[in-house]
Amino acid sequence: MILLRLFFEFCKVGLFSVGGGLATIPFLTDLGRRTGWFSHGQLADMIAISESTPGPMGVNMATYVGFTTAGVPGGIAATLGLVFPSVIIILIIAQFLQKFRQSKAVDAVFYGLRAASVALITAALLQVARIALFNRTLPDGSTQLFHWPAILLAAAVFVCVKFTPLKKWHPIVFIAISAAAGIVFSM
Amino acid sequence: MHILPELFLSFAKIGVMTFGGGYAMLPIMQRELVENKGWATEDQLADYYAVGQCTPGIIAVNTATFVGQSQAGAAGGIVATLGVVFPSIVIILLIAAFLRNFMHLEAVGHAFNGVRAGVTALILTSVIKLFKGAVKDTFTRIVYVVVLALAAAGNFVNMPVSVPAAGLTVWNIVTSPVFLVIAAGAAGFAARFRKGGQKI
Repeated sequence: MILLRLFFEFCKVGLFSVGGGLATIPFLTDLGRRTGWFSHGQLADMIAISESTPGPMGVNMATYVGFTTAGVPGGIAATLGLVFPSVIIILIIAQFLQKFRQSKAVDAVFYGLRAASVALITAALLQVARIALFNRTLPDGSTQLFHWPAILLAAAVFVCVKFTPLKKWHPIVFIAISAAAGIVFSM
Repeated sequence: MHILPELFLSFAKIGVMTFGGGYAMLPIMQRELVENKGWATEDQLADYYAVGQCTPGIIAVNTATFVGQSQAGAAGGIVATLGVVFPSIVIILLIAAFLRNFMHLEAVGHAFNGVRAGVTALILTSVIKLFKGAVKDTFTRIVYVVVLALAAAGNFVNMPVSVPAAGLTVWNIVTSPVFLVIAAGAAGFAARFRKGGQKI
């Protein structure tokens, strides 16, 4: 039963991804590989769409994956699955919020966990980079190790966001510019 | 208005107005929850956010559950959560249905190839920010390197067919994000809590 499976898989994503939207990406990479529901290329497209639409990124990703896998009910099942564990956990923690905030044990667990979360996101980034920037398949069937136009575009966006006053712009602007560059240069 | 519909509408409004989630949501939540509704104080909101960050799941969802629960118990928490995800579900379903009809066009393919490159750069800048916040000393550097190495190996290395099934299972478990998150949490606990035990 695909809807139950979606609900359950996204429960797992919601239960183990700590620290917001980006943290869901490594779990989705893993999910795509195990189930074949979507490719890594599609995942990169989903990230772009999730970043350019309102709402929490993790929720957007779940809805999109669920929809591509099993239509509208799939989108709803995946999203409910994603939020289910957090709702339960928070309803429990809300009873003793102060204790939780000041617990040295919780603090110690998250000391290691946060570093791992960043490492997992970095690994997911490498995966996205491989799809976006390397090993491009040309129309004649041959492959090209470096996809130069894409590498240059990524470098340009990175420099703008990191080192120029343009970093105050919303990510959606850079995504729109990247889409336009993709069309203009037939990437 | 009854409190449950009011919670739903307020959080739906917050869901519509924020892009990207997480920290982008904080100012909007402050205006709606602290100034307009008086459902939480600045300090409470900061507490909810801090806890939301270090509990599983989406920060915005966690905050919504906290605020809803404080106003109307468990039902309030659930209604507020459904409110915050409702607009995203509708918007994404519309976009996804729309894209499905246009995905085969050549120009759309080119556009997405460009977008993938741009998104790579955007994620890189976020990763740099997160790295500075979470990886600060020798222990966290070791955790970062080990987890990255295992996760990347899991993604990129294809095990030869000659590897026995049991070995393959162990490899799949050790490189899975779920295992790595649990192991790193346990390592953090062992490194800091046990060592600092006398101080508690």
